[in-house]
Amino acid sequence: MTTTEPAGTEADAPPPDPNAVSVTLNGTPITARKGELIITAAERHGEYIPRFCYHERMKPVGMCRMCLVEVDSGRGPAITPSCMVTVAPDMKIDTASPMVKRMQEGVLELLLANHPLDCPVCDKGGECPLQDQTLAYGPGESRFVEEKRHYEKPIPISDLVFLDRERCILCDRCTRFADEVAGDALIHFVSRGNNTQVNTFPDEPFSSYFSGNTVQICPVGALTAKPYRFKARPWDLDQSESTCTTCAVGCRVVVQSSRDELVRYLGVDSDPVNWGWLCDRGRFDFEAVNSEARLTGPMVRTADGLAATSWNAALAAAARLITDSKAASGAANIAVIGGARGSNEDAFAWGRLARDVIGTPNIYPQMGDGLPAAVLGLPRATIDDAASAATIVLLSPDLKEELPVLYLRLRDAAENKRSRIIEFAPKASGMSRYAWKSVVYEPGTQAAVVASTLADPVVAAQLARGPVVVVAGRANLAETSAATVAALREVLAAAPDATVLPAFRRGNSVGALMVGLDASNGGLDTRRALQAAAAGQIECLVLLGADPVADFPDTDLARRALVGARRVIAVDTFLTASTQYADIVLAASAYAEKAGTTTNLEGRVTTLTQKVTPAGTSRPDWMIAAGLAQALGADLGVGSVDELTEAIAASVAAFDGVTPAALAGCSDGVLTSTPTTVGALPTDTVAVADRNSYDFRLVVSRTLYDRAVATANSPSLAHLARGSALHMHPLDLERAGVVAGVEVKVSSPKASLVLRVEPDESVLRGTVWVPFNQPGPNVGELIDCTAAVTDVRVENL
Amino acid sequence: MSSLQGTPIPHAPGFIAGDRPQIVTSRFQYADSYTLERYLATDGYAGLRAALGRAPQAVHDEVKSATVLGRGGAGFPAGVKWGLTPQGKFPRYLVVNGDESEPGTYKDRLLMECDPHQLIEGCLIACYAAGLSQCFLYIRGEMALAQERVATALNEAYAAGYVGTNILGTDFSIDIVLHWGAGAYVVGEETALIESLEGNRGMPRLKPPYFPAAIGLYGQPTIVNNVETLANLPWLLRNGAEAYTAIGTATSPGTRMVAVSGHVNRPGVYEIVNGTTTFRDLFYGDEFCGGIRNGNELKAFVPGGGSAPWFLPDQLDLPFEGRLVGAAGSMLGSGAVMVMDHTTDIPAAALTLTRFYAHESCGKCVPCREGGTWLERILSRVVAGKGTQADLDQLLEVGQSICPGSFPHAASERLGLEAVPFPYKMTTICFVGPSAFAPVHSALTLFRDEFEAKIVKRISIPVIAASAAGGGQ
Repeated sequence: MTTTEPAGTEADAPPPDPNAVSVTLNGTPITARKGELIITAAERHGEYIPRFCYHERMKPVGMCRMCLVEVDSGRGPAITPSCMVTVAPDMKIDTASPMVKRMQEGVLELLLANHPLDCPVCDKGGECPLQDQTLAYGPGESRFVEEKRHYEKPIPISDLVFLDRERCILCDRCTRFADEVAGDALIHFVSRGNNTQVNTFPDEPFSSYFSGNTVQICPVGALTAKPYRFKARPWDLDQSESTCTTCAVGCRVVVQSSRDELVRYLGVDSDPVNWGWLCDRGRFDFEAVNSEARLTGPMVRTADGLAATSWNAALAAAARLITDSKAASGAANIAVIGGARGSNEDAFAWGRLARDVIGTPNIYPQMGDGLPAAVLGLPRATIDDAASAATIVLLSPDLKEELPVLYLRLRDAAENKRSRIIEFAPKASGMSRYAWKSVVYEPGTQAAVVASTLADPVVAAQLARGPVVVVAGRANLAETSAATVAALREVLAAAPDATVLPAFRRGNSVGALMVGLDASNGGLDTRRALQAAAAGQIECLVLLGADPVADFPDTDLARRALVGARRVIAVDTFLTASTQYADIVLAASAYAEKAGTTTNLEGRVTTLTQKVTPAGTSRPDWMIAAGLAQALGADLGVGSVDELTEAIAASVAAFDGVTPAALAGCSDGVLTSTPTTVGALPTDTVAVADRNSYDFRLVVSRTLYDRAVATANSPSLAHLARGSALHMHPLDLERAGVVAGVEVKVSSPKASLVLRVEPDESVLRGTVWVPFNQPGPNVGELIDCTAAVTDVRVENL
Repeated sequence: MSSLQGTPIPHAPGFIAGDRPQIVTSRFQYADSYTLERYLATDGYAGLRAALGRAPQAVHDEVKSATVLGRGGAGFPAGVKWGLTPQGKFPRYLVVNGDESEPGTYKDRLLMECDPHQLIEGCLIACYAAGLSQCFLYIRGEMALAQERVATALNEAYAAGYVGTNILGTDFSIDIVLHWGAGAYVVGEETALIESLEGNRGMPRLKPPYFPAAIGLYGQPTIVNNVETLANLPWLLRNGAEAYTAIGTATSPGTRMVAVSGHVNRPGVYEIVNGTTTFRDLFYGDEFCGGIRNGNELKAFVPGGGSAPWFLPDQLDLPFEGRLVGAAGSMLGSGAVMVMDHTTDIPAAALTLTRFYAHESCGKCVPCREGGTWLERILSRVVAGKGTQADLDQLLEVGQSICPGSFPHAASERLGLEAVPFPYKMTTICFVGPSAFAPVHSALTLFRDEFEAKIVKRISIPVIAASAAGGGQ
């Protein structure tokens, strides 16, 4: 049928968009959106308005006056800051009038008046908004003949960031970021007028976990980060977009290298994930990739210890260990632990190798510090879902410490009154001050506390107000994960429509669990594999980028397991506390040395890019799996990363459609569907005996900076680890008969440690908190991973 | 010299009474004018009683019909301002701007020192009429005596039941909170004052919203009124709008306080009749300043505080009427008049004012922060006799970066200049930046010859063509 309605009939015309606002931009009619700022409306329509202080992720302040335009709202052209004023119907915006040109030239001349113009030695030179906009909009010359402002330059304002106040143009970006986005208002303007300067408060450094972002958003070279200072010039940098795998948030980054060495990461504004922000650990731990201490080739144990060897010899030896193990008591006594540090492809290849070639179901990526994989099978929430939910229930570790950028997103939701946070934690966290309700519980009482809190009519009414998202993770390594699962069941009972955002901490643990490292079909998870090894039942233990001695909460069990396993093969980037027990160490490529994909905690798959050549002869994990399969006489049938990505999409239901073609050019990645293979949520009940009134219940959790391999091998970060200490509420000191700052004996049923006492008001009375995996005595010695909770006694030496 | 009428009052330093209507200064004659006892003996709190006897809307309408112009500088009618608050949003606040710091202005200080109860009563009437929930009284940090007097008066008023809960037995309750500033000129700008009150750095907020009426203190609807504006209310409520508008002109009713400083025989604060008194009356009238000192010639004067463009003797017959003064190229501002006689070094006088504004810039907007200081530095060089011709042009160029387009100035018969009327365009958020330029612009436009006289004279050596000089080597 070819007849058409006459054009322009009422029936045919689409209903007018209620959000459309018609304005005129430089004489051309455009359609802006209701509530849109002039600066963004103009940019969307191809008219870039120069700016310094405006940043789309922060509230406008209108300080720099660079974005002034002329706006006629019916009463003649008026000078208007375009970053501040939203479009209104029939506005006439002029961004190029002689008046606007004069104002732009004026502002730039004034900005440059006191700017030192030391561009040849400035790290920002070449990528500097002040340089660029001066070229585009500025006057050709300066008429400023006076002496410029002088300050001591540069001054360190934190361990990582230097401030050059002479270069600073006082745009309020860093100070606004610190206050508005990070919640660490540790830098501010001091003095006034021409002497206004950014500075820290006396004796209080800018020790924010997010300080690196201020360097990235600085529109001049005033803020520089220690790891990048004088390392490269922007025009020498080669860059590609990738994803940070330091934790499971999966922030999008630009990886930059110079002469085949990583020099800098920059956050990419990925709307569903990180909004352009990164934490300092993720931003700076690339130093570990460049580390001199990296493993550069495979090693085999000889009479004199580990010795370098060739890949052929190492893979043949590893294959022999596996064949011998199978011959001794069958494939079921071979276990693979780890794999959360690698890519989806690495995990998939190792899953294939273990299951199809070796024949063992014992493959598990988490290190006894997560929650059961079944949590992934619950109705899934994305980060955006969480950040827009009416209620966010936190059953998670301190997000500021373990998943920092997720903390920023949820903090933003709470600060901007979109969401109310109900937090359950064994210790006050970085999020507590933003929570609508923060309940600190004693380990062992978690499920009961959650149940009674949610039964409160006020809380119940809040849950009924709209979507509820539960952020579920492991808050206390000295308490069984079953306690958190029980608490999660209580939340789901109180809010049956709640969705769950799994706060699994390790880079790709969600991806590894989804593509096959899931110990299904009755396989042993990490804890049971280590228990079996300690009992002498494991013939061969493969550590796939795993360091159980440092990372598994029960250190004693980890050590006994490594001693008890008859053969140990380690795949790692560094020699670690665990590789010293290995018979063979295979050198793995690190982040940015290999391509692939990764899955973040919300199940979002994004691409990883290879930026530099792998250290020495190290190889990606998947290539090691393929080589090992070949040495075992089998063929995994993969020759490239893309083939593996295709294979995952073809064989893993949740990854249906997540092909290289779908991921190409899709910076925000692709969401997987909820996996169906992870089993049902366990229903074990947790019975905990009451605490003896002489004892303290132990809380152990991680902080951002610890002895994790990438942090410890990054010189800029290594010294930031706070060190092991016994944190105790100040009012409990007297009860325990101890004094702040003094070393005391801390005894659990497993072991005793000597720890320094640190008064800490964030700790609940009756409990003590010890940060995990810190320099100093290892608190893992105190933990029994089979016990529901750990109680310790504190005594003077 | 003719004998001067009107008497300086020793306990109201600087205030000169005369045979004129007194709306806000009637108690200045008493040595104990600041006590509750004296206040009650002189119709004190009668205005509040009158107000409480009527509906709030009726009081609001009374103030509106009296057209009480804001005395802080912008001259916006108080009654209209009160009506800008959105309906149904509570709490809403009254903030009293007692951060008087415009160069040359010292009228609010006298009102707070000599008659603090009048201000408190004005606050109460405003809160009642505009339906405000709480009052914050912000007093400039340097005004120690005013702080002490207002604090004492407030204690007395609380004790006597004029402030607090159930005022005068009605269900009207208001708390007044005192706050001292910390010495920043820019906090006189209402949004910067609100920031300061909230405990933040005193920096102006971005506009729009142009008034804090909708989003002000703590994000709530807020009315910011000047001390003198509120001090008018008790008299207005006692005597009615008709009596109020009978004084002055239709567009500028009532009286206003004017602080005169500089080269007159009797500088001081005068309560003058709004809209009718002229500058000539003020400078030369026997009941006012009594002429220029030593019988000197008037050279120029600043009609409305340090940030106002200057006037010449040509403008002497203008009355104190905002519209007329604006059309003539300046503003009445905060009621501070500075008089310069013929002995004045004009570039030095401009430098004094510009230096103040450069120093008081809060540092937020680039044109003010960088431009103000630059103006000051160029001008210092010129005043020191080390400037060049290019410096004079550069002063105006820097000014263009702060106030693009034409800048208001007075007409001058001597120079054949037409007036450029108020207002100007500006690239900054608040008026501190333009204020640094205003004296430079006025001085340079009206007295360029004095600048030319100060700059370095270079003798140019005539270039002699090579051939004429006998060729090369």
